[in-house]
Amino acid sequence: MAKARVKVPKTAKAGDVITIKTLIKHKMESGNRKDKKTGKKIPRHIIDKFTAKYNGEVFFSSDWEGGVSANPYCAFTCKVDKSGDFEFVWHDEKGEEYKATAKITVG
Amino acid sequence: MSKMRIEVIDRRTFMVGAGAAAAALAGLGLPTLANATPEQAMDFIEKLTGGAKPAEGKVKIEMPEIAENGATVPTKVSADSPMTDQDYCKSISIISTKNPYPHICTFHFTPRSGKAWASIRVRMATTQDVYAVAQMSDGKWYITKTTVKVTIGGCGG
Repeated sequence: MAKARVKVPKTAKAGDVITIKTLIKHKMESGNRKDKKTGKKIPRHIIDKFTAKYNGEVFFSSDWEGGVSANPYCAFTCKVDKSGDFEFVWHDEKGEEYKATAKITVG
Repeated sequence: MSKMRIEVIDRRTFMVGAGAAAAALAGLGLPTLANATPEQAMDFIEKLTGGAKPAEGKVKIEMPEIAENGATVPTKVSADSPMTDQDYCKSISIISTKNPYPHICTFHFTPRSGKAWASIRVRMATTQDVYAVAQMSDGKWYITKTTVKVTIGGCGG
């Protein structure tokens, strides 16, 4: 099970552009690596899509390839105007999805 | 500071440890895979833009000049855009010229993003040029590049 961590400011003023930091535990096996002992290729297994929603609206997403480091870190911004929820989804190319949520109070 | 700097060794080789790296150095030839070429990177960019020639400017990429650990290189991209409904940066892609595959990642922005800015950590197989290609909401493409020196095997920078 992949473990996700997100950092979203607890409060902000309307109109603020906030920075959100995310991190998920995942080996991001690129498929280019070979097993040292057997010489066989280690099959590719990566997170290929990350999506961030604010009050249900996708405001940022990212497509990833094997060139993204293991335990992918991704930071980005969002312009907030009202209190609400963030939802973050990491989509694994094997079909699994990992989710994280956060709340923000906008004064 | 050591003068030893290996620039042609595959990142995978050093991932398996110092001993293996030493073996590779001695020419024992651990399995490595062919990396993409700068031409393949340019082909990828051409496919991405649908043949449009990206102009220079508006997009920025920040990477360390020297990356001691090619497995995780901090990378920031941004584009100069007002990020309004009428005028915003739609996407920024990061493209490697010497990794096994040119496309590293693409960020998709919306006016709600507030800024066309993202930070990520990427893998760098070896010393190389890295491109950032941005698409604006008016359909125009912009490009920039940076050079990263990748030092391997704990020799320091």
